[in-house]
Amino acid sequence: MSTLLDVEDLRVTYPTRTGVIEAVRGVSFQLGRERLGIVGESGSGKSQTGRAIMGLTPPQAQVSAKKLAFDGIDLMAASPRERRALRGNRIAMILQDPKYSLDPVMSIGRQIVETLRAHERVSKAEARERALAMLEAVQIRDPARVFDLHPHEVSGGMGQRAMIAMMLIAGPELMIADEPTSALDVTVQLDVLKILDKLVAERGMGLIFISHDLRLVSSFCDRVIVMYAGKVVEQIKASELRNAQHPYTLGLLDCMPRIDADRHPLPVLDRKPEWAA
Amino acid sequence: MTAALAIDRLEVVFDRFRALKGVSLEVQPGESFGLVGESGSGKSTLLRAIAGLAPVTSGGIAVDGRTLGRGRDKAFYRQVQMVFQDPYGSLHPRQTVDRLLQEPLAIHGVADGERRIQRALDEVGLGNGFRFRYAHQLSGGQRQRVAIARALILEPSILLLDEPTSALDASVQAEVLNLLEEVRRRRKLTFLMVSHDLAVITHMCERLMVMQNGEAVENLAASDLVERKVTKDYTRNLLKASEGFVRA
Repeated sequence: MSTLLDVEDLRVTYPTRTGVIEAVRGVSFQLGRERLGIVGESGSGKSQTGRAIMGLTPPQAQVSAKKLAFDGIDLMAASPRERRALRGNRIAMILQDPKYSLDPVMSIGRQIVETLRAHERVSKAEARERALAMLEAVQIRDPARVFDLHPHEVSGGMGQRAMIAMMLIAGPELMIADEPTSALDVTVQLDVLKILDKLVAERGMGLIFISHDLRLVSSFCDRVIVMYAGKVVEQIKASELRNAQHPYTLGLLDCMPRIDADRHPLPVLDRKPEWAA
Repeated sequence: MTAALAIDRLEVVFDRFRALKGVSLEVQPGESFGLVGESGSGKSTLLRAIAGLAPVTSGGIAVDGRTLGRGRDKAFYRQVQMVFQDPYGSLHPRQTVDRLLQEPLAIHGVADGERRIQRALDEVGLGNGFRFRYAHQLSGGQRQRVAIARALILEPSILLLDEPTSALDASVQAEVLNLLEEVRRRRKLTFLMVSHDLAVITHMCERLMVMQNGEAVENLAASDLVERKVTKDYTRNLLKASEGFVRA
């Protein structure tokens, strides 16, 4: 398996008035053309990890890593211009809530075309054709109509599909999906995941799927990284999740209510200080 | 026995959009009743209509056998309180927890405020250290605990819970659900709880109603769901969806 992304000892720190906050503390992993899940609670650093790879860390924060390489390109040494050329073109990111991540004053079609034309020299007509084809690929039934709609005119599920279309149109090799379905209804969630799954498989992309829902991630990904307090506490194959060792992973698996288990009260996480050490 | 909460053919119309189309249900005292459905199914609207936050076009709402009119008096709010979905939006950003909890006491002219605030904070597991903090100094789970404390401080008998845990992490969700069960048992509360998560509803409620497009699809006991005894396709789809992603 060729390595698409190589992360070694990634650290993200935020200087604040009261001292330095270490959001990510030495995360290392390698990614091939596979589906990797990153799971953790709010504040575990999972989104910060995704953003650091994407190059979207705010300027006041400091990113350091022994190695952060995408397809042989050293991202730590790359100029902002080089990072910008990668972003949206070879590395793409889907965000949580289409209500906030789409531009409210631009039609959906124009946003998709904008992404495409930022990275490739194509005519307006061809860009439109490709945007329509992409909307169809994410199973939007009437692409020509949706093309001209604004984000407030479509449902959450449709908005998220448009977002996926926009991210896929430049043909990225690595996709980072940060809670792509958390804002959606359960039934719509599965539709969106199905689309994502199919496109990732067909195009042979690498996918990083960031979520707080361990069960969802394990049903979707090949491999799962569990993060706690900015560190990786466990790396495990999704199929072997039953044999997870770390108490935090087990706690996350166990704490959700299940339809066919009558457990009152629900088991809760008993956080140990040594997990964060 | 009079129902704690009886809804009779309730209609809610916004402009020309019928958000609720003649929904009826009864919740017995001490019972926990769940409403499940997708966004736009009218489940939150039903809750808001009971609380007086959505316009009732026709139909009736009765609490303990007394039919409610257009307005809601103070006595109603001492009896019925609501907890909202988003703890980031439902707490005043410039008020301390103490001030937030005093507000309902001041409105209702309750004398022993000090004792009640102490008790409410203890009950939700926050303790005195949190009393003079602002909402932004709290985590999502802690905020939802404050919202629950605020609802409990008037010692109501009915709690309306609108997706109380869907903005929270799974691990924090378990803590808040346990807390809700505990206060229900201790105070013998009646719950009407909305969620899009079937597992949460089956865990928390004895009976539930599945809603779609402003209508009731079916009424079930939680045990029916466990045994997969559902009759409608819509419910079956929800059940399947709650089992997670299955690669085709």
